[in-house]
Amino acid sequence: MLLLIQYTLIFSSVLLLVALGGCISEHSGVINLGLEGIMVIGALGGALVMRNLQTNSAFVMILLVILAAVLAGMAYSSLLGVACINFKADQTIVGTALNMLGTAGATVFVKAMNTAANPDDVSSTIQYIEPKKMFLFKIGSLELNWFMVVAVLALIAVYVMLYHTKFGLRLMACGEHPQAADSVGINVLRMRWSGVLISGALGGLGGITYILAGVSEWKFENGVAGFGFLALAVMIFGQWKPTRIALSALLFGLFRALSNVYVGIPFMYALNIPSGIYNMMPYIVSLIVLAFTSGHSRAPKAEGIPYDKGQR
Amino acid sequence: MKKKNLLKSNAVQSLLASLICIALGMLVGYIVLLFINPSGASEAIVDVMKNFFNFSSPAKQVQRFGNTIAKTVPLLMCSLSILFAYKVGLFNIGAAGQYVAGACASLYAALAWGWSWLPCLLLAILAGAVMGFFVGLLKSYCNVNEVISGIMLNWIALYTANMILTKVKEVASPYTMYLNEVNESAFLPSLGLGRFFNNNQYVTIAVPLAILVAVAVQIVLDRTRFGYELKATGNNKNAAKYCGMAEKRNIILALMISGALSGLGAALLYQTGYMRWECTQSSVPGMGFNGIAAAFLGGLNPIGSIFASYFIQHITDGGAYVDKSMYCSQISDLISSVIIYLCGFVLFIKFTMNKMIAKREEKAAKALAAQAESKEGGEK
Repeated sequence: MLLLIQYTLIFSSVLLLVALGGCISEHSGVINLGLEGIMVIGALGGALVMRNLQTNSAFVMILLVILAAVLAGMAYSSLLGVACINFKADQTIVGTALNMLGTAGATVFVKAMNTAANPDDVSSTIQYIEPKKMFLFKIGSLELNWFMVVAVLALIAVYVMLYHTKFGLRLMACGEHPQAADSVGINVLRMRWSGVLISGALGGLGGITYILAGVSEWKFENGVAGFGFLALAVMIFGQWKPTRIALSALLFGLFRALSNVYVGIPFMYALNIPSGIYNMMPYIVSLIVLAFTSGHSRAPKAEGIPYDKGQR
Repeated sequence: MKKKNLLKSNAVQSLLASLICIALGMLVGYIVLLFINPSGASEAIVDVMKNFFNFSSPAKQVQRFGNTIAKTVPLLMCSLSILFAYKVGLFNIGAAGQYVAGACASLYAALAWGWSWLPCLLLAILAGAVMGFFVGLLKSYCNVNEVISGIMLNWIALYTANMILTKVKEVASPYTMYLNEVNESAFLPSLGLGRFFNNNQYVTIAVPLAILVAVAVQIVLDRTRFGYELKATGNNKNAAKYCGMAEKRNIILALMISGALSGLGAALLYQTGYMRWECTQSSVPGMGFNGIAAAFLGGLNPIGSIFASYFIQHITDGGAYVDKSMYCSQISDLISSVIIYLCGFVLFIKFTMNKMIAKREEKAAKALAAQAESKEGGEK
């Protein structure tokens, strides 16, 4: 049972971080379908720091890993920004391209790095057994990860930013009615850029959290198994509101955690359901949930439409 | 008569834009290779482009050419699937899952029930269509974004296929049983086409069939009332509804056809015996995603798709020939994803071309006018 709580919390943190990223980007008016790729690149940034940094201080390690993941995510999301904001490209195509590019690029990079270090090593795996321990702390016998704290802090920050700062309100205006926002002197393109960059930062954080969740090495060929899209489902279920996103992240995290730990829960193990079913669970649940919640969508009105000044 | 500017035609512009995307994609790939290891980069990028020409004997070359063609078939079907849905304003990223469903249906029918090739093929089509139906239903009645539901269904299809096909897998390996050991009748008839490719048994009826389907898609979209209705729905759902078109039905039908195309594509590959399903695979096969690249690279035209699919498959296969001590074969995935990214800029490229043409014409017109004026002056 403890294990279930532990896994639920860590997977929920991943979903929360990435869904908040998606939420900010969409509030600024850009649909960020590339979150999956951003997660991979963020994870790569963090994993590289963990692999190469020699330090005994957990604080330095955590700080630098977070910094690397955030920067990597932001840099990568700027590809989306350039194409979709400045060149008015189709956001769906570019997002999809970023997802494919993220996995392919990370695989090529890691393989090249591994092969350069050891010509016989053609794997796409980065190991981080020792550094991983620095991210864990215990309350009683519950093993927690510092990224859970980061996720909660991010939730508070996003909530305050969106509803209680000038910047957040302006950002949301650009997603609802960019022409009106522009007419009162808000720079729509700059706001959308900030939205995309913040979502890149949060997506990168989510990525490094994801690969730290269960295992202590990561094979970059596998990408992040649709988590970027699960996060988008969480965001839609959360109706683009941070607090509701947090609750739905918990729900989805629970279903994802079940596939990891159901063997250890006697009555579930006794049901004798094949593991494939548990693996499918999060996706099936998200489909059902989406079917019931997408009808009255509260999506930002102008999302997905490139801003055209001439339409004012 | 005034000569029509060739650059102004939409088809030429699309072709040029695609060529620009390819060139830039290759360039990015080359730069990445340079970063990894400058000494072999030029050789590696040439290896990728040469693909089967890397073999010295002509017989081997022709045979490998046949392999690439055999794998182009499913890619072409996936790209037609993406393209068809895109014309209706839908981005069917679920093509990958529909492809998986098709593979699962055709292999299971062939291996477990001993069906012959045609029923297997039809079952695969049905399986893909059912997957598409779900996406369409969710889209039209529940307003679920087709990209998100498509991705979810991709994973559901993958795990389901792994579970079902485990029943027909070899005991010692994670792969499904060989078709030729269990059920020869499930092989697609070759019609003797393999002879042209040094007796390559993987070149079958699938190749002409795929081209026929591409032509059929073109005709349906451009020449029939149904196709017109679909495109109208894609352009403006509400206007289509206002005109009395059943927009919900159209969306579902479009996605079903799209799914059927992907499912058929999978059957056309797996029923040649070229590949076997690996029952432990943990990621969705890339065919459906590469289909996106092929569809956009082909300028969203079915005939263009044929060439674009071949090109994508050519470099994907070519990736296997890079020097493995320095590089990895995923470099071709990288190149194709860069190409898709650049396809996002196609509209911008066309816009720039049109602007350049307009500028030049304006200049020419001005020059002409100035000439005429000076002539008039001289006559006076």
